[in-house]
Amino acid sequence: MNDQAQLLPGTLDLLILRAVSLGPMHGYGVLLRIGQISANALLIEQGALYPGLFRLVRQGLLKASWGTSENNRRAKFYELTAAGRKRLREETDNWNRLASAIAAALSVQPEEV
Amino acid sequence: MRLLAYFRSLAARLFHRFQIEADMEEELRSHIQHRADDLERSGLARAQAERRARIEFGGQERFKEEVREEFGAHFIDVLIQDVRFSLRVLRKSPGFTSIAVATLALAIGANAVVFGVLNGLILRPLNVPNAESLYGIEHGNEHNMWESYPDYVDLRDRNRSFDGLAAFNIDQVGLDSGDNPSRAWIDTVTGNYFDVLGIQPYLGRFFHTEDEHGPNSAPYIVLGHDYWHTHFQDDRGVVGRTVRVNKHPFTIIGVAPPGFHGTLLPAVPDFFVPIVNQQQVEGQNTLNVRRTHSLFMTIGHLKAGVTPAQAQADLNSIGAYLEKTYPLDHGSTTFVLARPSLYGNLLGGPMRAFMAGLMLLAGLILLAACANLGSLFAARASDRSREVALRLALGASRNRILRQLLTEALLISLAGGALGLWGSVALLQGLSVWHPIPKYPMGVPVSPDANVYLIALVLALVSGLLFGIVPVRQVLRANPYQIVKAGPSGAVGRRITLRDLLLVVQITICGVLVTSSMVAVRGLMRSMHSNFGFDPQNAMLITTDLNMSGYTGDQVPTTQKGMIDVVGMIPGVKSVGYIGRAPLGGGGFASIIFTDQMTDLRPSNAVATAERFHISPEFLHAAGTILLAGRDFSWHDDKESPRVALVNREFAGKIFGSTMNAVGGHFKLRDGTRIQVVGVVEDGKYQSLTEDPQPALFVPVLQMPMSETCLVVRSTRDPQQLATAIQSAIRGLDPGLPIFIEPWNQQLNLALFPSRVATVSLGVLGMMGAMLSITGIFGMAAYSVSRRLKELGIRVAIGAQPKEILQAALGRAIKLLAIGSGAGLILGMLATRVLASIVYQATPRDPLVLGGVVVAMLLLGLLATWIPAQRALAVDPLTLLREE
Repeated sequence: MNDQAQLLPGTLDLLILRAVSLGPMHGYGVLLRIGQISANALLIEQGALYPGLFRLVRQGLLKASWGTSENNRRAKFYELTAAGRKRLREETDNWNRLASAIAAALSVQPEEV
Repeated sequence: MRLLAYFRSLAARLFHRFQIEADMEEELRSHIQHRADDLERSGLARAQAERRARIEFGGQERFKEEVREEFGAHFIDVLIQDVRFSLRVLRKSPGFTSIAVATLALAIGANAVVFGVLNGLILRPLNVPNAESLYGIEHGNEHNMWESYPDYVDLRDRNRSFDGLAAFNIDQVGLDSGDNPSRAWIDTVTGNYFDVLGIQPYLGRFFHTEDEHGPNSAPYIVLGHDYWHTHFQDDRGVVGRTVRVNKHPFTIIGVAPPGFHGTLLPAVPDFFVPIVNQQQVEGQNTLNVRRTHSLFMTIGHLKAGVTPAQAQADLNSIGAYLEKTYPLDHGSTTFVLARPSLYGNLLGGPMRAFMAGLMLLAGLILLAACANLGSLFAARASDRSREVALRLALGASRNRILRQLLTEALLISLAGGALGLWGSVALLQGLSVWHPIPKYPMGVPVSPDANVYLIALVLALVSGLLFGIVPVRQVLRANPYQIVKAGPSGAVGRRITLRDLLLVVQITICGVLVTSSMVAVRGLMRSMHSNFGFDPQNAMLITTDLNMSGYTGDQVPTTQKGMIDVVGMIPGVKSVGYIGRAPLGGGGFASIIFTDQMTDLRPSNAVATAERFHISPEFLHAAGTILLAGRDFSWHDDKESPRVALVNREFAGKIFGSTMNAVGGHFKLRDGTRIQVVGVVEDGKYQSLTEDPQPALFVPVLQMPMSETCLVVRSTRDPQQLATAIQSAIRGLDPGLPIFIEPWNQQLNLALFPSRVATVSLGVLGMMGAMLSITGIFGMAAYSVSRRLKELGIRVAIGAQPKEILQAALGRAIKLLAIGSGAGLILGMLATRVLASIVYQATPRDPLVLGGVVVAMLLLGLLATWIPAQRALAVDPLTLLREE
């Protein structure tokens, strides 16, 4: 567990959007899905998810509704809104640009400068 | 309605909040259940699985709080939370809370009262439309507004700056509305008075310029609203009724609107009469005499777009015209504009200065109170550092903690403000119905209005913020781990802290107040025992105006002689004398004096302006005025004999060089009358207690008759009994003559009034300042002793003497006290220069005052440090060391 990476600030929202984009999901499900798609490489406190979810709902990127889970329990399900989908696209592009820029910068060898 | 809608939306929001809370609660529970399901599937027992799930989830409350923040916690929710918590905290320390609230209540109350008076007398404009463009015309060289009627007419018709000019005079008359004739104070006004002011009648009609057709042509009365209320019981049928003014029939034609009290604060006229009827009202017609200044004040609204400077220039060109055209009647004639309400700059100047000073002092008191509370709060904050540290450690943000501390401070300041306001409103309302001087229709219209409430609220909020932010730095720097670990810190700061500074400032303010109140008290004491030029002890004054009973011509002196005779026969009366208007009785008469050799009697050639008193023989004896040289008048100094006069020492010195030269010498009045001086009397006070020695002139009433009457009755009998006897004696002479009887001492209240007010207000503020300083020093000393008990205990254990203990415990407080008192004394001495214009002989260069201040500050320090000193001395090292 100790080799899990700390999340960069702001990236949790992106992960949540991505997880929810794969289909409507309740909070615990989102957590599991993030773990699954990131191969458990990221450390997320369970409770820390909820402020993020509320924030996205308030920004109108997600919408929430109560339903019944696969465990037959009442749970709140989140799904992406149109705005959410758009934001996910933009943020993904941004992230990729940033990541490749930083990766390129970090992989520069001394003789290449 | 809008308020209702606001509350409905507030309720909806709160309800919505409630829903979200429930929603969040359920969601988090659902999460933990799902996790527990998974854990259960991996083989744990259900109970264990749920426990694990909860632990994994982490601090629920923290996340909830974060969610709330995401949701944008509503300002009001947090406020309500803070208020609830603060109330709980404050309830837990009732002593602290009540001291803080009481301190603020006093300080804010004092400010509200002072502001209320300032507001009522100075800031609030007269109750007339467009009061800001209303000006009175004051003489440039002397601060008065007296004008002769012909000059007024010239000013009115020749100026191009005013929409119209009105004028008025103040008179007392006898009003007979059927039963008992009573004395009333009235404004005799020009016909255009109400039109110039632009006010409308409450009932009936006003008189206008068109009603004036020469002397006594407009016998009309417009009642003041208050007088209508108290004397005519709000009877609407009063319009059209005929009453008698000085025995002459007048018709009541209207009632002025409520809130209109004439144009001269703080005098409140009972009713208004056209000045064309001056002869009936005052007993003589001077409206065509250019040298008799029979108009008290000339007022008018500036035309739109005309600046006061332009108007002044305009008036001065009329002044130059008057000077040139009527050289015998005018000296240098210049004008300035002044606010009419407090009689321009004469009364208004010192009054404004004094009120501004008082407001400043009251503000300083509030500042001192804030300093006091600030250090109390800082002390509390450091005592509460463990609580704060715990809250920080539990995840409270510093913002929230500061916000809560500030809420606490504001709650206290609002409570104090409300309490103070309540008290001051009661006081102001009391002041508003108070008649400080029974003889005159003076009111102090200071009933609180919205401004006062607003100021109190603002002061409460500002002071709450002021003392609330004192501990902020302390909280911001707090390191929870250090504090929780270390317990109450024993560290004693050696450097100068903010609190020390606050305390010194506060003691300085107190020192200023104590110094100035002592200076005022001493000045007042001195002025009450100073030489007035007469002896007010054991003397009664009977004042009236024979005019009020319709006496004219030769009847006047005969009646006056008759009055002197009947009063003189009352058993126990030693002597009785007549004077037209008593000195220091408010207003007076003056004569321009020329030397005997002068033939060109224009005002610019005069050698002096002398106060003029019309007296009878025996007056000097009855009044206790000492005759220095020459002789007193006799009843033979009448119209048939040569004109004579008595002068005071100042007059004698100024015109004849010495008292001895004066007797037998001659001087001239403006109309050329040659008068011989037959005696010289001591100097006295004539207009105010603070005046410099003025030349004065006494003429025999038989040679210059006057219907205004004041009898001085010297007797050692009980004033009450004497008054009854006088009343019945005068009634035997004329049952219809309204008279006013009071001890001379009481009449002097008018002259002493300003210094009394100054002394009382400074005294009250001084007391408050002293109280604040005592609690401030006490708080600091007690706190420093309690923080250093352990250290003191160790000192005692290793053999420190009581003196050393005291020095260690209180040295700092004493040092601060000394610095503050010194600064206060010096500043106070500087500040009392303003006082000198109000309180007679107010000077700080008085050993008694200096000594008094030092003693007062010492006492104050002793009082404040007594209990902490006792506590420091009672330190028992054994108990102390065992405790920790």
